[in-house]
Amino acid sequence: MSALFDILLTASFWAAAVRIASPLIFATMGELICERAGVLNLGIEGIMVIGAFSGWMAVYLGTGLWGGVAVAMLAGMLFGLLHATLTVPFGLSQHVVGLGVTLLAASTSYFAYRLILPEVTSPPKIEPFQPLEIPYLVDIPLLGPALFAQTALTYTAFAVVAITAITLYRTPLGLAIRAAGESPQAVAAQGLSVTGLRMGAVIVGSGLMAVGGAFLTLSAFSSFFFEMVNGRGWICIALVVFGAWRPGKAMLGALLFAGFDALQIRLQQTPIGQVVPYQMFLMAPYILSILALILMSRRAQVPAALMVPFNKGER
Amino acid sequence: MRLEPIANPSLARSLGFPAAALVATVVIASLLAALAGANPLATLGLIVKGAAGSKFALLETLNRATPLIFTGLAIATAFRAKLWNIGAEAQLYGGAIVTVILGTSALSGIGAAGLPLIALGAMVAGALILLGPVMLKTKFGVDEVVTTLLFNFIMLLLVSYLLEGPMKDPMGMGWPKSAPLDRALRLPRIAEGLRLHWGFGLALISATLIWFVQTRTTLGYEMRAVGLNAQAARFAGIPVSAVLVKTALLSGGLAALAGFSEVAGLKGHLSLDLSPGFGYTGIIVAMLALLHPLGVVITAIFVAGIFVGSDSMSRAAGVPTYIADMLLAVALLLMVAAIGLTKFRVVRG
Amino acid sequence: MTPAHPKAQDVVLRLDTITKRFGPLVANDAISLTLHRGEVIALLGENGAGKTTLMNILFGQYTADAGEVTVFGHPLPPGNPAAALAAGLGMVHQHFTLADNLSVLDNIQLGTVPLWRMGLGRRTARAKLAKLAADFGLSIDPDALVGSLAVGERQRVEILKALYRDARILILDEPTAVLTPQESDALFDTLRRAIKTGLSVIFISHKLHEVMALSSRVLVLRHGKLVGEVATRDTDRHALAALMVGAEVPPPSVAPQNPGPALLTLRDVSTRNIGAAPGLKSVSLSLRAGQITGLAGVSGNGQAALSDLISGLTTPQSGAVEMPNLPDIWSPRGAISAGIARIPEDRHKTGSIADFSLTENAILETYAQAPFSRNGLLNWAAADAHTRHLIATNDVRCPGPSAPIRQLSGGNMQKLILGRVLEASPKIILANQPVRGLDIGAITYVHKRLLAARDAGAAVLLISEDLDEIMALSDVIHVVSEGRLSPEFARGRLTAAELGLWMAGIGFAHAA
Repeated sequence: MSALFDILLTASFWAAAVRIASPLIFATMGELICERAGVLNLGIEGIMVIGAFSGWMAVYLGTGLWGGVAVAMLAGMLFGLLHATLTVPFGLSQHVVGLGVTLLAASTSYFAYRLILPEVTSPPKIEPFQPLEIPYLVDIPLLGPALFAQTALTYTAFAVVAITAITLYRTPLGLAIRAAGESPQAVAAQGLSVTGLRMGAVIVGSGLMAVGGAFLTLSAFSSFFFEMVNGRGWICIALVVFGAWRPGKAMLGALLFAGFDALQIRLQQTPIGQVVPYQMFLMAPYILSILALILMSRRAQVPAALMVPFNKGER
Repeated sequence: MRLEPIANPSLARSLGFPAAALVATVVIASLLAALAGANPLATLGLIVKGAAGSKFALLETLNRATPLIFTGLAIATAFRAKLWNIGAEAQLYGGAIVTVILGTSALSGIGAAGLPLIALGAMVAGALILLGPVMLKTKFGVDEVVTTLLFNFIMLLLVSYLLEGPMKDPMGMGWPKSAPLDRALRLPRIAEGLRLHWGFGLALISATLIWFVQTRTTLGYEMRAVGLNAQAARFAGIPVSAVLVKTALLSGGLAALAGFSEVAGLKGHLSLDLSPGFGYTGIIVAMLALLHPLGVVITAIFVAGIFVGSDSMSRAAGVPTYIADMLLAVALLLMVAAIGLTKFRVVRG
Repeated sequence: MTPAHPKAQDVVLRLDTITKRFGPLVANDAISLTLHRGEVIALLGENGAGKTTLMNILFGQYTADAGEVTVFGHPLPPGNPAAALAAGLGMVHQHFTLADNLSVLDNIQLGTVPLWRMGLGRRTARAKLAKLAADFGLSIDPDALVGSLAVGERQRVEILKALYRDARILILDEPTAVLTPQESDALFDTLRRAIKTGLSVIFISHKLHEVMALSSRVLVLRHGKLVGEVATRDTDRHALAALMVGAEVPPPSVAPQNPGPALLTLRDVSTRNIGAAPGLKSVSLSLRAGQITGLAGVSGNGQAALSDLISGLTTPQSGAVEMPNLPDIWSPRGAISAGIARIPEDRHKTGSIADFSLTENAILETYAQAPFSRNGLLNWAAADAHTRHLIATNDVRCPGPSAPIRQLSGGNMQKLILGRVLEASPKIILANQPVRGLDIGAITYVHKRLLAARDAGAAVLLISEDLDEIMALSDVIHVVSEGRLSPEFARGRLTAAELGLWMAGIGFAHAA
């Protein structure tokens, strides 16, 4: 027990939690925007892979770090366009298309990787984002180093949450997106394009997911390797449900989740870690996600038209 | 622009669009080969040769198709009932674990008669693994897509733990793998001299049985009804939850047989690389077959051929093996689009 | 109410030879009409006549194959709902186009502020809304979630949506279908106020008495064609009915009843709520052999709870269900085995499986019994033969038993469903909105079958939102309001207005 408290009282633990949460926050916001508009985007896992790969590859080939982020976002938006084209105007199964996009995006990444670096056994490293301390705030005990000594990309993640929330709840565009996910008939009757809104949401959301993936290579691990996303995309889908499709709550869910992840890594070094096999620790995130889904399934306010295709004029 | 359903699609339309999807896939394959700096036609030729150009290649393809038939059947069965079983990977490993446990200790000494028992045990394991997410769906309304997916990761970690710990092969020289199966409890070859084991035969039998269940039994009728319109099925008195549970048991059991077949037929032991994603590839196999049980056999062989052929082609021509994964993902998306186009017409206004 | 002789330059809307085809079906055949300022015209026609299609073309949901629309002298760009809205057209849809999980204000503001703007301008919007509500007598709480509103209130939101966008031409599609007579009067009052402010109104209806009461001119559609245009004061209900169907339609002849014993009785039954709709609250009801019991009420007042209960989908939380042969388990199967035939409210969502063939649909309730299956194996030959029999005896027009049921028209689908459940001569029949969306021919057929079953001794529970249907067919009538059931009223004892009061909740003793 004391080992637990020792961990919780270190600034490095909280800093790690925020760091681990950052890619999740980007991707969760991306999925949230898609689902609020009424589209389940199961391409999230693969899009995170291609975001990770393309961002890293761009930096490796010479663009700056933010150039890498931009390239990743673009890659994500392209796959988002693919997903949206098949599911929105044509109303094809969002489950199957999403899984197809995940498989395609991931395999495209691995194929391109092998094409560009065929002989390499250990992937080359790039110079990642460096921590950017915010003066004065960083001196607050415990919270200071945790929140205000992060990389610029992490600060961007939190900014994205705020922008998403403000847009969804205080702007006409956000209202239209929410309405598209609740009642596309209402949207069409008010002269707006359901197709345009849903496709736009999926494209933008997919771009954010890819940036989440890029965080892994441009900030967390400094290089790209196979299976690096490792199910984070699926966990983000659970986080959207856990956050009841609200940006602030979903962000808190990501932080909570990342906290558990940071905790289990550190617990492995303690006496507990000698007794419990490390695989059990690694299982914790996935089990937690399932528990989160069970917990929220009863109460959550699902967008009423989620996964319901809209066919104009259907009687 | 809007979509208008076509009441009676013509045969030309029903076959034309899927055919166009396949052609487009081949075209994209050529493009990818060219991108890799290889001659497109030669690359395609090498893939075909690697898949079926020799007796060895053909048998390798059929061997690789065997687990895909099982996972394809598992997923086709589940998807037909609108049960999104993405966890075939976990169910496969569950079946493999039980196969090893029963095949190395519990039933050694019984001889070949133990094989059906092991298969049954594997099926039970797979069924139970899928039952969890399905109960969460029926009782709590939790979407099974994410839960079955997450189970895959949990299961893989469990296998890793077991192979490094309780199930570790004492003679294994440190590699994390299980002890080998008792000789007598291995699936025999179909014919002497052929590198094809009875797992393939079992797969064919399973496909036929599933087709029979689906078209001629009340259970198959119920599964189809629930998959097409669960609300109408419930109103008519069909016990929807019970049907979903039975579907889960069937689907999980079939996926587990893939694990059983690979361990007892092909490899003889369990290691972490038992499945290079058979559970996920099964989705492609099932969708390309339009969820038809007999079609699954054909698409499984086709998909296996693409993988086997690409492996061999890659050694010869240097195009990365991931071309196979890309092609199959493209084929999946194009096929879904083609099926949509056969059922709907795009009209103005 | 409207000018006797509208001047030509007062034309606000003109449709010129509008034609629209869906495959081989001609939904609108060269229809022309004009609307003058301050006029109220009615578009009359039975289901399937083409009224809603015409209005959808007007509103940009469909593009006409031929013809032109001119609004206030300017041609209207086709297929563009935003242009229609901008031109001053406002539509109040039959199935409200509202988002239940958003507030009234959200629903009204949706699409009224350009998407690139940064803010929603809530304060100004609230003020405008409050003024409109006061001017037109449509009181509403802007922050209430639409899903929590009653049907009449939701329609007010639909109307305010149009008025908020400064509509000059209001189009209402079957506006009183879901209202009590009193709420309908309130609606007419609102429309009169609207006319006074210079609006013009088109309303679509199949209710003759409304058309007579409200409009100054009637246009009759039949099978996509405009078959008649008269000034309202120059015609009457019989002439209009004749125009609507092409011949005089005699009302159904109901033989005097001879009620037998109670076949199904509910005693003080309460059930749980279904979402926003109330459950049953201590309901007592007896269905007697040889009698049609009609359940009148505004939609969303407990009809679903009663129908789900009798269908076997739910069980009572308190109280008892009594039957001569009560099944051990109360479930859909139990209800079917006890001899209850259920005709569901929505033949597409609940009554049939669209991608199944006619045969597969025909055995949906009976597949597990002989002769259709034995030991878990299906006998398709027997199922096929049975379906052919149903098709023949129920006059189902279809390509054949193996055709997917989605190819059938609504009327033929309903006939198959009717045939399926009535084949076994059930003792108890639950008919939930049995003629919704059907054309006159199919409506007459369904009513005939129900009356025949009743004459043969079955107990029929008829649930319908159409008060006229209830009053024409029922031997006894109950009214449901907020889950409570009124006492039983014998045929002819109460007028429509009096029933309307019960539908509005007046007359129920409030629970202590």
